[in-house]
Amino acid sequence: MEIKAIGCDPLQLKLMHVKDGHTLKVYEEHGGYKSLRKAMNMTSDEIIDEVKKSSLRGRGGAGFPTGMKWSFVPRDSPKPKYIVCNADESEPGTFKDRYLLERDPHALIEGMLIGAFALGVETCYIYFRGEYKYLIDIMDRAIEEAEAANLVGENILGSDFTCNFYTHTGAGAYICGEETALLSSLEGERGHPRMKPPFPAVEGVYACPTVVNNVETLTAVPQIIEMGGEAWQQIGTEKSGGTKLWSVSGHVKKPGVYELPMGYDDMEKFILEDCGGMLRDDKKLKAVIPGGSSVYIMNADQIIGKRVTLDFEGLVEGGSAVGSGGFIVMDETVDVMDSTKNLTEFYKHESCGWCTPCREGTDWMVKIFNRIAAGGGRPEDAQLLLDISDNIEGKSFCPLGDAAAWPIQSAVKRFPEDFKKHLLRDGQ
Amino acid sequence: MASVATDYTNKVVKTDEIAEFSDEVVEEMRSHLGKYPEGRQRSALIPLLFVIQRERGYLDNPGINFLAKFLDLEVTDVWETATFYSMFNLKKIGKHHIQVCKTLSCRIMGEPEITGHICDKLGIKPGETTEDEKFTVTRVECLGSCGTAPMLQVGFDYYEDLTIEKVDKMLDALD
Repeated sequence: MEIKAIGCDPLQLKLMHVKDGHTLKVYEEHGGYKSLRKAMNMTSDEIIDEVKKSSLRGRGGAGFPTGMKWSFVPRDSPKPKYIVCNADESEPGTFKDRYLLERDPHALIEGMLIGAFALGVETCYIYFRGEYKYLIDIMDRAIEEAEAANLVGENILGSDFTCNFYTHTGAGAYICGEETALLSSLEGERGHPRMKPPFPAVEGVYACPTVVNNVETLTAVPQIIEMGGEAWQQIGTEKSGGTKLWSVSGHVKKPGVYELPMGYDDMEKFILEDCGGMLRDDKKLKAVIPGGSSVYIMNADQIIGKRVTLDFEGLVEGGSAVGSGGFIVMDETVDVMDSTKNLTEFYKHESCGWCTPCREGTDWMVKIFNRIAAGGGRPEDAQLLLDISDNIEGKSFCPLGDAAAWPIQSAVKRFPEDFKKHLLRDGQ
Repeated sequence: MASVATDYTNKVVKTDEIAEFSDEVVEEMRSHLGKYPEGRQRSALIPLLFVIQRERGYLDNPGINFLAKFLDLEVTDVWETATFYSMFNLKKIGKHHIQVCKTLSCRIMGEPEITGHICDKLGIKPGETTEDEKFTVTRVECLGSCGTAPMLQVGFDYYEDLTIEKVDKMLDALD
């Protein structure tokens, strides 16, 4: 598996191939915790301003501007405030955070400390998916190291800034990647999403102001403070600043984690050259899901010769979305009916059961897919799937419902042949 | 307070029995409480459920009863959380829990062959446990290892870039 930057200097991936990069000593040898020291000589407004200028948008999937999210936290709240890192990486096709957590845990601690200093936060939680237990062990050691060096804990670096760090484990629930479900889970409850508003910035964990950010979002913060928001933004595009990590899996020769400048030109070159091209030379590209499973699937005609740039605007224009940046590449051997069935099973399994459209809708769709796969497809099934997904999209309590609907809607429309061949009654 | 709860088999069972744990384990459980603010001990529920599962093999009634008492919660509160998360086993499983990732990237990179081979070799179907209670095989959703598909986890250990030969070696090494 490849882990490398293309078209830019490695920022997120700087320490990926450095021996013992996960230790405080090596992290500091490479300039680690300098940004924290710099930030501690800045005001809250100056720090938030730099993050705003950077055009950093959330790397978990929703793409919300990070500086704006931070600015929603009330300054004068008498309640304690929290930063919670969302390390519940569970989006199919996404595995970038795993390597950041494994090989560069101090970058996350430093990013969270800078946020904590700016927002007056004294407690930080890092919520890991339960399966990432070995990463919790790595992070616990990193936190211990930082505590021993007075970078975490009471009176950090001799100042009056105090901030404690704790790891917390999930236990196998995709929905806990949704920020309000994550907070329910952090409180020891079932991972049910909560009504917004109030947004977590006002009432989050324990009904206190809380910022929830993805790992890759927070590890970008030390870079932004180091080089300045404007310089960081200029690596990317005006509206999509900086670099982005892309997880690539499926039918390519070199799957891996790639760091690209936002606005990278273009998607075809990325898959067919940078990622080594198709896994089997005699098989053609058929489909790509570029943003983790919860975005529209693209067919080859939408990619080849279309100059789709890799950034928030470029991928929407191209017919999909950045999402979590998880590329799943499929060659012509894949039956898109089958791949869509697979993802619908995923959403059915992961639906939390809280609201009816998502709970019942995903279950119905899986039943229909099972019937189709067993040879009982009917000509009207494609429309039936579209109707059900339409009754889930926008009508569910949280975005999981939309995420379940989009793969089906795009697959039925963009790969009609793959459905048609299964939907002929009695083999007619 | 005597109470009843429905366990995974939907049998109503008496739940008065409270599990006992060694001082070290109780101390380990206490260490989790310090992460959360005063009065928010329920936050420690998921980490503590993992401790119960490790110590007792799965989440059984006596273990849950202990936790309810330990955290000053109702027994139903503990079950409510425990039954939501897929990593908690509500019945006895084998010594080695083989969890094969079945989601899209793994599927197109050969998961069906891997699962088929493991199941043939062990003589069980996904979801079942071998008679000697050594292995349980489960097909699970995305484990965050798509770049090294197909893959699986045994307990918390990752096995990646799988081939039939690697799986055979892995099974031989698990005793």
